[in-house]
Formats: sequence, structure tokens, C-alpha cells
Amino acid sequence: MGRAAYIRRRLILMAFVLFGVTIVIFGMVRILPGDPAFLILGDRATDQKAAELREQLGLNRPILEQYWNFVSGFAHGDMGQSLLYRQPVGDLVLTRVPVTLTLSAYAMGLAAVITLTFGILAAINKGRWPDQLIRVGFLFALTTPNFWFGILLILLFGLTLHWFPVAGFGETVPQHLWYLFLPALTLALQLSAVLIRNLRGQIVLTMRSDYIRTAHAKGLSERLVLLRHVLRNALLSTVTIFGLQFGFLVGGAIVVETVFALPGTGQLLIQSITARDYPVVQAITVVSAVLVIVVNLAVDLSYSFLDPRVTYE
Amino acid sequence: MSEKTFGAGPAVPVSLPQFTPIARSRRFHVERTLGVGLTLLGIVVLIAIAAPLLTQYDPLEQHFTEAFLPPFSPDHILGTDNFGRDIWSRIAYSTRLDLQIGLLSVTFPFVFGSLVGIATGYLGGKLDTLLMRVVDVLMAFPFLILVIAIMSILGPGLTNLYIAVGAVGWIPYARITRGETLATRHLEYVLAARTIGCSSARIMLQHILPNVIAPALIYVFTGMVLAILTGATLSFLGLGPQPPTPEWGAMIAEGRQFLLLAWWMTTLPGLALLVVGVALSLIGDGLAERRGG
Repeated sequence: MGRAAYIRRRLILMAFVLFGVTIVIFGMVRILPGDPAFLILGDRATDQKAAELREQLGLNRPILEQYWNFVSGFAHGDMGQSLLYRQPVGDLVLTRVPVTLTLSAYAMGLAAVITLTFGILAAINKGRWPDQLIRVGFLFALTTPNFWFGILLILLFGLTLHWFPVAGFGETVPQHLWYLFLPALTLALQLSAVLIRNLRGQIVLTMRSDYIRTAHAKGLSERLVLLRHVLRNALLSTVTIFGLQFGFLVGGAIVVETVFALPGTGQLLIQSITARDYPVVQAITVVSAVLVIVVNLAVDLSYSFLDPRVTYE
Repeated sequence: MSEKTFGAGPAVPVSLPQFTPIARSRRFHVERTLGVGLTLLGIVVLIAIAAPLLTQYDPLEQHFTEAFLPPFSPDHILGTDNFGRDIWSRIAYSTRLDLQIGLLSVTFPFVFGSLVGIATGYLGGKLDTLLMRVVDVLMAFPFLILVIAIMSILGPGLTNLYIAVGAVGWIPYARITRGETLATRHLEYVLAARTIGCSSARIMLQHILPNVIAPALIYVFTGMVLAILTGATLSFLGLGPQPPTPEWGAMIAEGRQFLLLAWWMTTLPGLALLVVGVALSLIGDGLAERRGG
């Protein structure tokens, strides 16, 4: 299969996955026994309120029509009305998305720096104490609950040392970077824990290959071999995992935003759940899934350009 | 999503098979990983079982005169919280709940996912295609967000937590056993079983299952770490077991408002979570490395 055919296949698959995603979200509230209107209203439910909500959400129409309205609404950016804020869900979510995206991108940047530094350090000291130390340290990072770690950072760097603000997003770009440093670091450490394992393994594996021995034999410096020859190949697989972890990053951002009181989608999601604002929950779930799908596609495609040896299965 | 990718989903140690032979000196290292993990887990389990013997305090009992006592107070080794409840007692009793969450949350996914993986891997055809598409769709959602969305419909609580985690958690097991089964189904002993007329069900359960289950079993430890962290996260967000039930995530949330006044209220339950997570990860890693070598 050539690259064009591969890309075409991936796009068809993506369309299918998008279709599945809408089915899951659409079906979620309807698959359960009982009246969704009562389910959403919870203890606030009265017959009249339920009837109003059914009308508003279109729950009293035929199921196929409901699904069509749901999908075409999303395609047009119309995701219904928020039950809590009484304003269009689309506007509500879109004002929050930039915060979450900035946080995720920042975390990815920090994670890249941390991964490169410690992954290389561990690999060139394979088996010696820096390697062991990094292994143990990031094992802890991997199993540390991120909300707890975030709180510890607030306690230490915010409340005690006063180096960083403990909540909010700031106004200007430098302020954003300053306000978001601790939350981004919280996410980045956990993300790096996964990536460092991979990068270290890949570097160690690559160092054994023949062309590296050749590079050494022709007298290239250790540094040059590492940067030009080893890293370029070792990084390929790490980049793929990096992309695949995007979903994890978005999920983590939800929690970390709550901890650092950032006005992003995470905070909105938690708020909406408590208020049983189902249209908002639905919209955020779909938007996050779409983000993950797009990023994964981008990674897969870029991978096929980065590595000429890649075969399209 | 290409079918070989392993890294999707939350950050948990997915141990890839080792292709390089493990040097003899590493065998010691592997055994040590496993040993430390098992010892830690043993201690945690012991604390869970013997909780009533290890503390004289009821985890729910309130003493307003003894609120906010710091750790190493004469009667309260880890201090007390805003209600004057003994923190060591709350942590110890909560060990039971969190281990239960870890154990119950992986049971259904492990059994269901493994069976689905073996069946689709062995039978192939339309069933297999269908499974892979379902997996693609479910993996498009960030794990935590999908679980939270399900919980938002079911409502908070422990049972709903199991349902939500179970609805998504079976995927890794299905993928692992499916892959292993694909590699096994053309081996001679399977062909031999088929030749002598064994039914498909018998071949899958008696011949294939014992040979493909080990990697799924190893993943159980990763799954438990993930389940416990998810449970704690949900209860931190107010979606898990409801107060005053002692649960580590909920304790961390409660302590947040008193961060400067009583740092121990948030810090200590998190350490407990960390210890359990590290113990289970070490066991998982140790088993995976041992199998690889």
C-alpha cells in the first residue's frame, strides 16, 4: 500500500471512529432504563420540569430524528443550551478550550525537555546509579496521583515560598506561562515518566546497531554519534507514544485544572456534572474525543513521513 | 489507530516484551524488583486486615476538642483532621476500601476482556473486525473523561464507579489476549486439537487460554494501579464513595481547605496512595521482566 492509499484508509477509519463516538455519547443517556429527563434533573425533578426538559432536549421526538439533530447540530457548532448557564453550549465550551489547550501544549513542551534530559542521562549511564535513580524517581512520578502532587506543589512553591501564584490564568502571555507553570509541571512529570522508559530503551537498543559502531569506528565524537545518529532514530518511537498519550494528557488536565482553579474545560466539566448540566458534559466529551482523534491521526501521518522505512499495513 | 500501538491511554507502565536477552546480573535486579513490590503490598494488605488492631480509634468518631493535632501528638501518631478524627485510623481503614476498589475494578475487565480477546483472535472474521472498531471508538475518548461522563449519568457512588471503570477497562485485556491468540492459533498443538475434533470452545478455553493468559495477568497489576488512582481521583472530585467514608482521595480533598493550617491532612493520604501504587507497579514490572528473561 502506498502512502496515498494509507492516508485514505486512515481518513475512512477516522470517519468511522467519529461516527462511533457520536453513537456512544448519544446512546449513553438513552441506554439506561428510566426517563433521561428525570435522570438529568435528579432531585430537582418535577413532572412539569421534566416535560420542559424533554421538549428542550428533543427527547420526545423519534430516536433517529434525535440522533440526526444531535449530529447535524454538532457539525454546525450548535451543541444545545446549557441547563445551568442558560447559554449556548458551544460558546461556553469554546471560551474554555484555549486554557486547556495552552495547558496541554505547555505540559508537552516541558515533558519533551524533561524526557530528553533524563532519558539520555539514563541511557548513557545504563545500569549505574544515575540510571537507577531516574528509574526509581519516575516510577514514583508515574504512580503519584496528579491532583495530590499538584496540591503539594501549591503548598511548597505557592503558599510557602510564594514563587508562583496558586490559582488563575493571568492576562498576558508571559503571565499565562507563569501562572500555568506548576499545573503544566504536574502533568509533564507524569507524562515524562512513560516517555523516559521508552526513550531510554530505544537509545540503548540503537546504540547496539552496526551503523553506530561504524560511526564510532570512523572516529566521530561520542557527542556527535549520540545527537546525530542515535537520537534521531531512537526518538521516532518516543514521538509516537508522545502522540498517543495525548488523551491521557487531556484527562489529566481536567483534574489539574480543578486543583489549580484554572478556568478551562476541566473546571467546566466538573461544575456541569455537579449541576447535572448534561448537554455541557456531552459537548466536552465529544470535543475531547475529536481532539484525540485528530492528534493521533497527525502523529500517525507525520510518522510515515519521518521514517522512510515505515510500512503501511 | 494502528493496531500495534501500545502506549495509548493513561500513563501506566505497559511493559513491552523484552527483545534483548536479560543479562545474568539483571536476574538479581528483577527478583529484587518483585521482592520489594511483594513486601510492600504484603504490609499494605496486613494493615487493611488488621486495621482494628492497629488503632484504638473509630475512623468516623469526631472529637472537636482534639481537632488539627499535628503528627506525633501523644495520642495521635499521624495527627487529627478538622473534625478531630484520627488520621492514622482513617488511612488504615481506607486501605480496605482502596484495595477493594483496585481488586473489584479489575475483576470484570480481566475476565470479560480476556475472553473477548481470545474469542475474536481465534475465530477472526466479522466478529474480530467488529471488536477492533469498538476498541478504536472507545480508545478515542480520554479514559478519565469517559469514566467521568458515565459517572455523571449513573450518579456518584462506589457501585457506579465499578460500572464506569469496567465499561472501559476491559479494552487492554482484550487487545493483549487477542494479539497473543493471533500468534498462537496456527501453532501445531492447536492444529492438532482441531484435527482430533475438539470444539472451538474447548480449544479456546483448554488449549489457548492457558498459553495466552500470562501477559493479561501481568497487566492486572497495572490495571489495579490505574483503578485505584481513578477511584481516588473520582472521589477527590466528589464522584466516588460519599463522606464521611474514609477514602484517600476524599481525605485529600477534605484537607485542601486547611492546607496551611494542617498540611498533614492532605499529604499523608497521598503517601498511602503512592505506596500502594509503587508496590503494585513493582510487582507488575518484576513479573513482566521475569517473563521476558
